[in-house]
Amino acid sequence: MRRLFSKYRILLPLVSLALLLVATFYMQPRTMSYFGVNLLFNLAVPIALATIAQMCIMMVEDIDLSVGAFVSLAACVTATLLNDQPALGVAVLASLVAAYAVMGAVIHRLELPAIVVTLGMSFVWGGLALFILPTPGGASPGWLRSLMTSTPPMVPMAVVASVVIAAVAHLLIIRSGIGTVLRGVGGNARSVARAGWPVIRLKALAYGLAGLFGVLAGMALVGLTTSADANIALRYTLLSIAGVILGGGEFTGGKISPVGAVIGALTLTLAASFLSFLRLSPDWQIGAQGAILIIVLMARLLFTRRNTRDGGGI
Amino acid sequence: MTAEAQDNAPIVALTDAAKSFGAVRALDGVSLSIRPGECLGLVGHNGAGKSTLVNVVNGGLSPTAGRVDFPASGANAALVAGVRSVFQELSLCPNLTVAENLRISHSALRGPGWRRAARAEIARTLDAVFPGHGIDTETPVEELGIAERQMVEIAIGFAPRGQDVRLVILDEPTSSLDAAIADQLVAYVRQFCAQGGAVIFISHMLGEVFAVASRILVMRDGKVVADRPVADFTRQGLVDAMGHVADDAVVAAVARDFGPEVVRTDDGLAARKGEVVGLSGLAGHGQARALAQLYLGATSAWRARRDPQMVFVAGDRTRDGILPLWSILRNISIGVLQQFSRRGLVDHTAEAALAEDWKLRIGIRTGDLANNILSLSGGNQQKVLFARALASTAPVVVMDDPMRGVDVGTKQGVYAMIRAEAAKGRTFLWYSTETDEVCQCDRVFVFRNGQISAELTGDAITEEGILRASFEMQEA
Repeated sequence: MRRLFSKYRILLPLVSLALLLVATFYMQPRTMSYFGVNLLFNLAVPIALATIAQMCIMMVEDIDLSVGAFVSLAACVTATLLNDQPALGVAVLASLVAAYAVMGAVIHRLELPAIVVTLGMSFVWGGLALFILPTPGGASPGWLRSLMTSTPPMVPMAVVASVVIAAVAHLLIIRSGIGTVLRGVGGNARSVARAGWPVIRLKALAYGLAGLFGVLAGMALVGLTTSADANIALRYTLLSIAGVILGGGEFTGGKISPVGAVIGALTLTLAASFLSFLRLSPDWQIGAQGAILIIVLMARLLFTRRNTRDGGGI
Repeated sequence: MTAEAQDNAPIVALTDAAKSFGAVRALDGVSLSIRPGECLGLVGHNGAGKSTLVNVVNGGLSPTAGRVDFPASGANAALVAGVRSVFQELSLCPNLTVAENLRISHSALRGPGWRRAARAEIARTLDAVFPGHGIDTETPVEELGIAERQMVEIAIGFAPRGQDVRLVILDEPTSSLDAAIADQLVAYVRQFCAQGGAVIFISHMLGEVFAVASRILVMRDGKVVADRPVADFTRQGLVDAMGHVADDAVVAAVARDFGPEVVRTDDGLAARKGEVVGLSGLAGHGQARALAQLYLGATSAWRARRDPQMVFVAGDRTRDGILPLWSILRNISIGVLQQFSRRGLVDHTAEAALAEDWKLRIGIRTGDLANNILSLSGGNQQKVLFARALASTAPVVVMDDPMRGVDVGTKQGVYAMIRAEAAKGRTFLWYSTETDEVCQCDRVFVFRNGQISAELTGDAITEEGILRASFEMQEA
């Protein structure tokens, strides 16, 4: 069993989610329905998108502390400009994606630590969001609202969206040729550069993808909540990092799993609901959520601590 | 130019190429041309300029003076001209599979189905170079052993990758391979050159160079000091040309009285005080693992002791050895900081004195110990790791194939130092892939399939004896 888990890294996140889901259904059987599941996982969709964004950055051995602020900004733009002047809104969102790509290129070119640059940029994004939407408000574009609240037959929208996000990200990052090269940048950037690739462009591409998924996360969030606020998604920064790690990703070495990242985001969302069903005081919920995270990580260490190489590794 | 002349045009031609790093002239006016069908053996001691020459040829460095041309292909970049390099330090992406690593250097693989094409191409090349390799192309590289990784790297170097492979540069390709696999490589290189390819073969194992090369180029201090067909060289002549008077005769271990047993493990590995114990056998049969278990078992505790019981000399420098962001000085002193720290603070004067002392004793070639460790050549980095271990007071020294990619002269110096330290009562456990090194030990454990298959002492330590113990079961 241990071999099985270490060979297929995706199993542990899957099992964690399944266990938590069974526990939730046991605690609150009424959630075991079309609408119940939709309610449980509704807010997981923007978190899953933000987690994929974070994963694109962690793929190239960087970390992004501005995801939360960036998603908030994208949400504010969606709730105001995109709703009022669609053409301008699309242009602004596209330039946000481009700004992310430029940020990646600058980080690579000047050899700056991504953690510092993104931390600084989070204040810029936050400031811009306040500038666009000083007080909570705005409105969701109608098409976005109806997309996010649509009710496909049999399977709730939240589940459909999660599967689509996971599949698209998997195709893009794991299956495609360019995705493989991007993961190679995280694994051994020097060898990628020696093979003739312009690493600066690859980094810009990785950051650009992160920007794209960040914008999508903001849009999905507005579609669900119908309005925005400059601080609406601040907690996404840490949630997205936790989601990537829960899903079997690692901080270094370009080891990531898009499917795992989506599952990680679902698990985190479900953990919050599960704790409410336990009637745990909200004061303790954040701590309990952290405890769940640590337990899953410990389980992973137990399963993956192995020595396949002859050298052992000192 | 006629087609025939085109055929015989040099693949790469260097004209007075020079490269300086600050005041250091790493490459000092080298002219060289390599034609199809040639296998050029490139030898020289550490820091002679081999790596710089290779990097100028493959486009990794642009020369500060002189020219690099690719007449055969008419291209102006090494990659387009079909020049490939297989580097000494392993340069695969560990998180990708074998087939995905091929994709990194083969950008023409695209569109749906590229995976199948990549798998087929790398499997074909692996089969051609290393028949019976047993490597699954869907395995992530991090799960492969070091020898298998090197095999994959070599195979990627020779893979067609959608163009003509004209010149493959192999930098110490056999340093992690055992003899049987190295022979397969030598055979393939010969076949590759017979079919009109060219190879630059860099190795410290002179036997291999003689076996594979059609022409040998000797470098010293950034200059080419000899460039002749292989038939014009003798082994001794080659060593002389490199500028080292290496004693070819192996210093036989003198029988001595050893102290009490200081190491004994469950699987039978044992060593007495003052003894040099060798671990041998085919590469990857559990020697490194046995050493790692022994070392980690003896040293991993909550509190580091002021007087460590065991120190470790890494063979895989980048993974287990050097601290790449630190200076040479700090890389030497990290192991012994406890000895001269007062109230938890480092005594910088004592630290500098110790490092300076070891720089002289072991001969680290650098102008300033404050330079970054990566400014040193591979062999000199290894010397730093030796200095780190020997500077401590630990009575037991564990060495995991530490001579990988180290030149003959340095090796002789280190052998002498090991013997001297052993005579003073230090114990060495030494895993080596080179049989003549193991033959210098007082006692040898031969490993096979993760277990000790033979313990040899005294006169029984011979190449034949070791080989017999390594292969016994496989013959039956």
